[in-house]
Amino acid sequence: MDEARRVVLRGAGATGVLAVALAAGLLKPERAIAASWNKAAFDAKSAVDALKSIGAADTQESGDIVIEAPQIAENGAVVPIEVSSKIPGTTSLAVLIEKNPFPLAAHFKFTGGAMPFVKVNVKMGESSIVRVVADAGGKHYTATKEVKVTIGGCGG
Amino acid sequence: MSGPMKARARMQGSYADVRVLMSHPMETGQRKGRDGKPIPKHFIQNLEVKLNGKTVIEGEVSQAVSRNPVFSFRIGGAKAGDKVEISWLDNKGDTNKTETAVA
Repeated sequence: MDEARRVVLRGAGATGVLAVALAAGLLKPERAIAASWNKAAFDAKSAVDALKSIGAADTQESGDIVIEAPQIAENGAVVPIEVSSKIPGTTSLAVLIEKNPFPLAAHFKFTGGAMPFVKVNVKMGESSIVRVVADAGGKHYTATKEVKVTIGGCGG
Repeated sequence: MSGPMKARARMQGSYADVRVLMSHPMETGQRKGRDGKPIPKHFIQNLEVKLNGKTVIEGEVSQAVSRNPVFSFRIGGAKAGDKVEISWLDNKGDTNKTETAVA
């Protein structure tokens, strides 16, 4: 009985703190977007280090990851890349451009009805392997595709 | 620097095809300005897609995404009239969002 009373009091206390924080503008409810950005992974200068930082050091090759990208990209500033995974239970896709100064380009997490699919334009400094890593059921699967770049895109 | 943002969502069989266009310089920090000084990094880091108020896609991206990014996503189980909200946040704390209905 006493234990339950404690829980209720603790709950009330926490709510009070939350209300005060809201009133003081410490929490901004209108800022809906979560600001977690894996700095270590995005600052990594090699694909291997970036994969370690996203917890995907061990990967196995998979033919069920589809990478649609041009074989030859005339303009490295805008290279269209479309990736998807047919592996059941895929919850995230990471895109790495191995020869870029910072290889990790994007890391997407999918929940609810979102399909493991994303299309995005990326910059490529030079010809490079594009690597995609899918996370499914705690295991990591990977596939690669080579894209040749005729004019580098580091100039943005 | 948050310019206009456009989104469109259309049913394609069993899923909604969501396309979003963001106006952003996506500055890499590797370019130099006319004065020879590097132009500071300025790029979108986070984006989020919600279907009827529920987060379905969370993305973290780097400066390697092209200027004025365009993304396509696919959301299964959506239906015409569903609300799709997309928002982004950049490394300077700027943010923008837009919403559309699945057609």
